[in-house]
Amino acid sequence: MIRESEMLVVGGGPAGMMAALQGLDNGIAVTLIDDGIEIGGQLIKQTHKFFGSEMEYAGTRGIELGKMLKEKLFNYDNFTYLGKTTATGYYEDGVVTAVREDKEYMKFRPRVLLIATGAAERPLAIPNCDLPGVYGAGAVQTLMNLYGVLPGKRALMIGAGNIGLIVAYQLLQAGTGVAAVVEAMPCIGGYLVHASKIRRSGVPILCSHTILDIQGSDRVERAKIVKVDDNWNPLPGTEKWLEVDLICVAVGLTPLTDLLWQAGCEMRYVSELGGEVPVRNREMQTSVPHIFVAGDAAGIEEASSAILEGGIAGLAMARYLGAPMTDSEYRENSAKYWNELENFRGGPIGRRILEGLKKVLEH
Amino acid sequence: MLKETGIISEEELNKILPDEERRKKGPFAVVECVEEIPCDPCTAACPFGAIPPFDNVNEVPSVDFDKCNGCGICIALCPGVAIFVVDETYTADKALLKLPYEFVPLPGKGEMVGCLDRSGGEICKGIVVRVQKHPSKTNIIWLEIPLDFSQKVRNIKLK
Repeated sequence: MIRESEMLVVGGGPAGMMAALQGLDNGIAVTLIDDGIEIGGQLIKQTHKFFGSEMEYAGTRGIELGKMLKEKLFNYDNFTYLGKTTATGYYEDGVVTAVREDKEYMKFRPRVLLIATGAAERPLAIPNCDLPGVYGAGAVQTLMNLYGVLPGKRALMIGAGNIGLIVAYQLLQAGTGVAAVVEAMPCIGGYLVHASKIRRSGVPILCSHTILDIQGSDRVERAKIVKVDDNWNPLPGTEKWLEVDLICVAVGLTPLTDLLWQAGCEMRYVSELGGEVPVRNREMQTSVPHIFVAGDAAGIEEASSAILEGGIAGLAMARYLGAPMTDSEYRENSAKYWNELENFRGGPIGRRILEGLKKVLEH
Repeated sequence: MLKETGIISEEELNKILPDEERRKKGPFAVVECVEEIPCDPCTAACPFGAIPPFDNVNEVPSVDFDKCNGCGICIALCPGVAIFVVDETYTADKALLKLPYEFVPLPGKGEMVGCLDRSGGEICKGIVVRVQKHPSKTNIIWLEIPLDFSQKVRNIKLK
């Protein structure tokens, strides 16, 4: 059986939830499929307060924001949520396939489709990185903040971007020591306020440093770090062993774009956005007219921008389906999100994103 | 340097502190947020309008020390956990520091704690005067510390 639907959203993170809400607000029936055990994407493990402005719920902890959006969605009768459901493919007849709870095979044919699949963590190849105790930052957050399981006693964080800094802080809050944060770049990549709060808890942030080796008999027991030069070459004589049982890798994200590729959306490599991303217009519509994109799948950024992009896409998708709104209403509402997004990207951090967007945003 | 270590420099700190005269008048907020990042809840947090609104969300906050009375409402509302309040008029040789604290257990009133500087090193002892619980779970510790350390202490360590 093929489930015919109006709007299908793949991915229940901030972008997908906001887009679904926009659809529902405009009277569209929305089906949302998500592979997680709970709707919310990464929000369900973000225990820190979000930055940004009021429109992106600044000051609210991610975990609370996820609950808030979930409550709003579940108030709608025409909202269908399918959790533990992994989208597995897109076919040329417009059918999206999915597997629910590892047993039920499902087919959807939506009139309009949002790909809000988020991102995947980049791995780091280090000798013995298959030892138990080497985790991606997302897994560490899942263990600690979702399941209440301590992933280790003493950690080494690889990467001083926002994720590395935030997860290091969350490790400290959970009672895990953090031996150091190492960062191969000469400067801290994440927000300096995040860096300051772990530094004043005694965690050294070692820029121009990387991990060289991991040792341990049946799990991680120690890690070798080293200072690197400007070309990332290890400087002999600066090697140091750290006694740690947890290595947390936070070296960046890549957009999850498999479905967009399958659907034949035009893709471009944009380093500022984290990899291959779809060409889109200001409605977040891809080169395949009924397929829209929002959030990290469109380019690695922040939850705050994912929320705004989700709003833009959801609104445009509702109009695509002929929801009753005048052109001026549509333009006015879409402009609210765009203005906020431009404001958000108006600083030095957003400048890089804007450079990247020039390469894929078509008017 | 802040960009390499996460520790704000003396020079950067001096730019965000009020002048000597104001410091002698009573408590004031120290907003240790010197990087342009997209974040503005502090501007709405202050009931006295001491942190003026931004034209762009990425602006660095400034404090109007004529309006700031050191109430500390902004401390728990800063998502960056970057605002402290210092009263250098607390007693002749002691300062009162209000700092954000997001760890458990919380210290008790009257408890002596280790006082950490911006690199996490213990530099003196302090007495917890009050623990202000906040619904957002960013609680505020009121700490009595030696006056000389008023701009150095930024964290605590429980025994």
